[in-house]
Amino acid sequence: MTDFIKTSASRSLENAVQEHFIPAEAPWSGIVRKGQTIRIEDSYGQQAIDTLFYRADDFAERYSNQDTMRAQGGAYIGTGTKIISNEGNVMLVMTADSCGRHDTSAGACSCESNTVRFGHGTKYLHACRDNFVIEVTKHGMSKRDIVPNINFFMNVPIKPNGEMTIVDGISAPGDYVELVAEMDVLCVVSNCPQINNPCNGFDPTPIRVLIWDGED
Amino acid sequence: MMHVRRSPEEIAANRQRYEEHQKKGLEFAPKALPAPSPLPAPAIDAAAIIHQETIPGGWYWSTALKRGEALRIDQGEGGSTVALVAWNAADTSERLNLVDTVKVQWTTALGKGRVIFSDMGRVMFSLIEDSSGAHDCLMGGSTAASNAAKYPGVKSRNTRDNLVLVAGKLGLTRRDIPAILNLFAPVRVDDDGGFHWRGKLSNSGDYAELRAEMDMIVGFSNCPHPLDPDPVYAPKPVIVTRFRAPAPAIDDLSRTATAEALRGFENNASMLA
Repeated sequence: MTDFIKTSASRSLENAVQEHFIPAEAPWSGIVRKGQTIRIEDSYGQQAIDTLFYRADDFAERYSNQDTMRAQGGAYIGTGTKIISNEGNVMLVMTADSCGRHDTSAGACSCESNTVRFGHGTKYLHACRDNFVIEVTKHGMSKRDIVPNINFFMNVPIKPNGEMTIVDGISAPGDYVELVAEMDVLCVVSNCPQINNPCNGFDPTPIRVLIWDGED
Repeated sequence: MMHVRRSPEEIAANRQRYEEHQKKGLEFAPKALPAPSPLPAPAIDAAAIIHQETIPGGWYWSTALKRGEALRIDQGEGGSTVALVAWNAADTSERLNLVDTVKVQWTTALGKGRVIFSDMGRVMFSLIEDSSGAHDCLMGGSTAASNAAKYPGVKSRNTRDNLVLVAGKLGLTRRDIPAILNLFAPVRVDDDGGFHWRGKLSNSGDYAELRAEMDMIVGFSNCPHPLDPDPVYAPKPVIVTRFRAPAPAIDDLSRTATAEALRGFENNASMLA
């Protein structure tokens, strides 16, 4: 895990240019301009926040979990992680992280994968992939544009023998990550509604997104 | 923000159920899986072979694959990594989904008896033979930039551009290229998440056989893995054989070894019904 690194003291609620409250289970999307900083806050703690990024002027360029992992030589996301696109460009850089553990190997929950993981009785539950479909279709995209995402605050240790399991998140109420955009990006969030695994303590809770302009 | 918490009883019941699934996935499923396939690879019945292709080092290929057919991917001279992607032939928006594949089977270590899922909770491939279990679901393939950094001054082909070519020639676009499975890439993760090349997991002459569980289009790139320790760019040819696989028996291992595979195949059955 990376060391806890807190935000710049110059960032306060008063000088944020955007503030969004995202209810439990709900999606959100918005543009983050180059130079702006986006803070994603786990307001209540232990809430997985599934997130995707697309280049704002060309949605064919988007977050790539494999390129991000390859570029940094490791499986977990933390302070200093460069968020890499499928074209090998840096989309954002994570500049602050008060939690220290984030996943990008386990993807988003879906109605379909829930049937495989937890039984067919879980098919008709709200799922992140449905949230993503709702949001990306607002921007002219479709299911084919949904790629493996980042799961902020989700704790998915991978063992040397390959074992991989979702365990209790370690984020406390108010924990946050901050990313500074290196290009204009569309950020798409699903505030994970999963109640069948510990990614959010079996109890989805609201989150908050804040955006600040660049400091120079 | 006001928020009404779920009740402690609901949470406890969900946690108990998760832990039961987890125990099955981590403790019981691996014991039900077969040993790695024998080496050297036995010959495929000549009458069952539909096509054989040798992909030169650095190159790409794609093929249609009907349900019930299989691909043997053979390292040939050895040391090659084969990147693989796949789309449902009837609806290319359904595609290889590695994050679901590793998540629902509780492991990033695919091997004989495991299955590979699409994004729609259906099984695309069963790994009916596999001599190594040394594959990589996480790191993806080489790019022009990663090759330039690793092999300075050398003209080389890379997996990203190869897969753009595969997709483009199929009428698909960059938007359609899913995260890739690297066959014959012995990558493992340490406790801090760092990637390591565990060469000892691989054997000379390694092969894998993937049986199609739906009609598909499959794409390949034969380029060195980004972690391949060989500092020289010298990818070797690999041999891909498309053949009619024996029909799976009712107790077919890939279908019965894990609860997740069973439910995945139930989803396949409802598509085929």
